[in-house]
Amino acid sequence: MQLVYDRRVKRAVHDRGGWPTDAPIDRSEHELADWELLTDAIVDALERSDAMNVDELRRGIESMPPTEYERASYYERWLYSVETILTEKGVLAPGEVDRRLAG
Amino acid sequence: MSYRAGQRVRVAERSHDGHHRTPSYIKGKTGRVERAHASFTNPETRAYGRDGLPEKDLYLVGFAFDDVWPGDSRHATDRIYVDVFEHWLEETA
Repeated sequence: MQLVYDRRVKRAVHDRGGWPTDAPIDRSEHELADWELLTDAIVDALERSDAMNVDELRRGIESMPPTEYERASYYERWLYSVETILTEKGVLAPGEVDRRLAG
Repeated sequence: MSYRAGQRVRVAERSHDGHHRTPSYIKGKTGRVERAHASFTNPETRAYGRDGLPEKDLYLVGFAFDDVWPGDSRHATDRIYVDVFEHWLEETA
């Protein structure tokens, strides 16, 4: 497949400063669920053990398909990225998390 | 540090498919160096598992709001400040 890039600026889904919108900014807060706290702790542990770094975390988030990115919550994006990066590094086998959840 | 406070700089207007910290809305825009922060490991290579060396100089660059998003009278005198790594900056008159 021929990839066609905008030579001037190729803007990814996360790069949204200045996107035109009339929608109000969602400033609502929520109590963090246990899985969200755990996700934060897992990423912290992975960074402390040099398994992955924050720049890889960001890259993994930015690599999400735009529709999934839009649908996902903050920590869902983190989880998606952790799975992506750890699979890339061979720490996780492809599909391993899904298999364990199903089992 | 290649640039000094007060110097006019242009942000490179280039496509970059990989991870980078230069937001699209300032690409191709001209601003002023407000401060030379320090040098830091390069997130563009760290994002791919490397060590981020050599370190890159990071600057605080200020832009006139109207240069970034023209024609909004509510923000006529506002300025926008963005941290930009040196390799995204170009000298300009």
